[in-house]
Amino acid sequence: MSTQRTTGRRKQAVAAAAVVAALLSTAACGGGNDDDGGGSKTGAAGFDAANNKVAQASLAKKGGTLKFAGAQDADSWDTTRGYYGFMWNFSRYYSRQLVTNKTAPGATGAEVTPDLAEKTAEISDDGKTYKYTLREGSTWEDGKPITSKDVKYGIERAWAQDVLSGGPIYLQQVLDPKKEYKGPYKDKSADKLGLKAIETPDDKTIIFKLPAANSDFEEMLALTSASPVRQDKDTKSKYGLKPFSSGPYKFQSYTPSKGIVLVRNTEWKASSDPVRKAYPDKITVDFFTNANDMDQRLIKGDYDLDIGQTGLSPQGRTTALKQHKANLDNPVSGYIRYAVFPQSVKPFDNEHCRKAVIYGADHESLQTARGGPVAGGDIGTNMLPPSVPGSEGQKYDPYELATANKNGNAAKAKEELKACGKPNGFKTTIAVRNNKPVEVATAESLQASLKKVGITVDIEQFDGAQTTGIIGSPSNVKKKGYGIIIMGWGPDFPSVQGYGLPLWSSDYILESGNNNFALIKDKTIDGLFDSYTKELDDTKKAAISTEINHKVMEGGYYLPFVFEKFINWRSNRLANVYTTDGYSGQYDFVNLGLKK
Amino acid sequence: MTAPLHEPTAEAAPSAADEAALIAGSAEAKAVQGRSLGRIAWERLKRDKLALAGGMVVLVLILIALLAPVIANLVGQDPETHHEDLIDPLFSTPTGSFGGISGDHLFGVEPVSGRDIFARIIYGARISLLVGFLSALVAVVLGTILGVLAGYFGGWIDATVSRVMDGLLAFPQLLFIIALVSVMPNEMLGLTGTGVRLFVMILVIGFFGWPYVGRVVRGQTLSLREREYVEAARSLGAGRFYILFKELLPNLVAPIIVYTTMMIPTNILTEAALSFLGVGVKPPTASWGQMLSAAIDYYESDPMYMVIPGVAIFITVLSFNLFGDGVRDALDPKGSR
Repeated sequence: MSTQRTTGRRKQAVAAAAVVAALLSTAACGGGNDDDGGGSKTGAAGFDAANNKVAQASLAKKGGTLKFAGAQDADSWDTTRGYYGFMWNFSRYYSRQLVTNKTAPGATGAEVTPDLAEKTAEISDDGKTYKYTLREGSTWEDGKPITSKDVKYGIERAWAQDVLSGGPIYLQQVLDPKKEYKGPYKDKSADKLGLKAIETPDDKTIIFKLPAANSDFEEMLALTSASPVRQDKDTKSKYGLKPFSSGPYKFQSYTPSKGIVLVRNTEWKASSDPVRKAYPDKITVDFFTNANDMDQRLIKGDYDLDIGQTGLSPQGRTTALKQHKANLDNPVSGYIRYAVFPQSVKPFDNEHCRKAVIYGADHESLQTARGGPVAGGDIGTNMLPPSVPGSEGQKYDPYELATANKNGNAAKAKEELKACGKPNGFKTTIAVRNNKPVEVATAESLQASLKKVGITVDIEQFDGAQTTGIIGSPSNVKKKGYGIIIMGWGPDFPSVQGYGLPLWSSDYILESGNNNFALIKDKTIDGLFDSYTKELDDTKKAAISTEINHKVMEGGYYLPFVFEKFINWRSNRLANVYTTDGYSGQYDFVNLGLKK
Repeated sequence: MTAPLHEPTAEAAPSAADEAALIAGSAEAKAVQGRSLGRIAWERLKRDKLALAGGMVVLVLILIALLAPVIANLVGQDPETHHEDLIDPLFSTPTGSFGGISGDHLFGVEPVSGRDIFARIIYGARISLLVGFLSALVAVVLGTILGVLAGYFGGWIDATVSRVMDGLLAFPQLLFIIALVSVMPNEMLGLTGTGVRLFVMILVIGFFGWPYVGRVVRGQTLSLREREYVEAARSLGAGRFYILFKELLPNLVAPIIVYTTMMIPTNILTEAALSFLGVGVKPPTASWGQMLSAAIDYYESDPMYMVIPGVAIFITVLSFNLFGDGVRDALDPKGSR
């Protein structure tokens, strides 16, 4: 999934930020008059107490206002269009799906559990038919029941990419690979339910007919993009401004980049929803323009947690680690931060030149640039995140990046350079987003260590908001000569398909918005992905995932920096807190409670 | 600048046409005082202790910038070597106190990378002074030429130049540079990376700076061209360009020098601002503005990192301003003081 939080922009808006902060602080003074005034400093659960386990579950009480702070708004709050990790997590407050991630800590949180459906799918033997029956009593915010047709319509919206761009399109690719359906807005049928791959024989039954089996299909249905949308409430491109709620909370107000207020959806019944606990009465989100400012307010106790869940910035991190360690968790995020070598840019068409960079880099220095072992993460040794089945973590380290070569291996790098036909090194360019100071720091680290083996690199900072058109365009990458691109990637859902398909499959090389930066066209890898989607057995799926990872690493397309970790803040007021692999190590928002 | 310059002395406005008068005049002057304009100014400047101190600092800064590699070598540091062993991996800040200041690292080390701040500061001085001086040069050359032309010829030339100056003065130059730098190619005219950025910065800062010089020069020229000695030269048949270069320009030198000394610190600040906003020099090249910008994330945990480049900019700008003030007073004793 895409990354969030444009920290760099804050620098252009220091003055503006001060004004906004002043405004926000006055606003907060008027609002948050909850019953937490005791100022107890002992309420926090302890360092890492909520990392992959539940902290203070018994202290959660009904009621109160849960206060999020954010440094950046979501891409969209429309269930079809959102792609930010925290948006998917947050959307469970106001949207339900047939199935969703388990509300449980750690790896269990990535498993699928029934939500609107009575139970998980009845799958036909050939793996091509999925049938669900909807639960009794689940309703929209106006009290009308949620029907199978609403679910179908919600899914169909993803086909209208011309109007509703931005969201994941896995379902479209699996259900309608030939793109025959044109989306509900161009649908000629009266009920706008023309997609043939989904059948709704009655209001309670929904059947998916896949042209070809895909073993991750149910994971895809657990994504926010498979939420129901009611046709008469569909305001098309404006839907994200006020989504119509099917969950326990509904939008009271939303001003983009300013804030959100959710209040209880009085029509929602706990009996119809086995997943959501709905502890607080009200949920607010305030957006800041300055991340440092936000971190300070979090530490002060004005807010409960960061909606972005990307960790405290260096300043707040230092203060928090020194003075409020009990309020912190240090989860693995599921992201891998890496450098990738486009094969279209010479000399990276030669695998030995790629490997020369891998060996020449100082991996400990890169880790320090990412924030060190705690705030940055363990040294990355391969390309499969630890949360994905089939991953081996640091145990699989084909280039000995975390052990023998952790400070770079100049001798091996020279050998590879010789094998590549560039014994004296070469010149190239690193492309890095200008709004990510940490990424620029890794670029500088790479530049310094590669200089020692004779590889001279120029650092080109591009506008981080223009990623899709600049590094996402292979022709532009080639034209500009970006031999090294610095990026990060996290799983959309925890499987090799949800993580690696867009990165490593030749089918996913796009003219714009490309993520297969290395331009990998490897028949073996493509074939492995094919057999993965046909495989229904979990153990065998994991084995294939491992193999794909090995093939990618052997090609030397990537230089992984870290298996990313964050230091996330949780306030003293929070109860029933835990991180979940279902949302890349974020706190599971939907079941957070407040202490009284 | 307020009053026009002194009455023309023999040195300032020699005129080939009235050579006899000139010889007589200079003999007379010698008998009375025998001091040139430059000498008088220097005498005054010497008495201004603050200006002298400023001048000394400027001189030292220029030496530091020129000798940056030598100095860095002397202390055994360079601006690009990482010293991650001096960084606390938990906080990303230097392990030593006061930002890791030690015998090896006189100003401490950078957070995260551990690069030597002393070396980066002295290398940063090169960028600041280079941009400051060269862009001032661009502005002065353009401003003088266009200002003199406008003031001397008047008419449509004056009207055009004046309107252009008005337009440029009203133009939001910082925004323009930000936009320009971000669309600049990585390589042009044989320059790459930081070279391109510096070239663009110098050119643009200089281009937006010339109207300040141009206005003053135009005004001076307007008043000077009606003076008797110019009239005299003209009546004796001196050509336009002779008058421009031999009669007018020498009398414009003083205000131009003063404006230059005032413009350099402003340009240094503009460079710092641009680097602060991330459109200045490219990493890993050190610049004071870039260091300040990076320090924002650490102003609490490692305040020295922000203080040191801040102080460097402060000292540089202050000493240029003091020196510039002194020069103005020395060249223009009639000015209000």
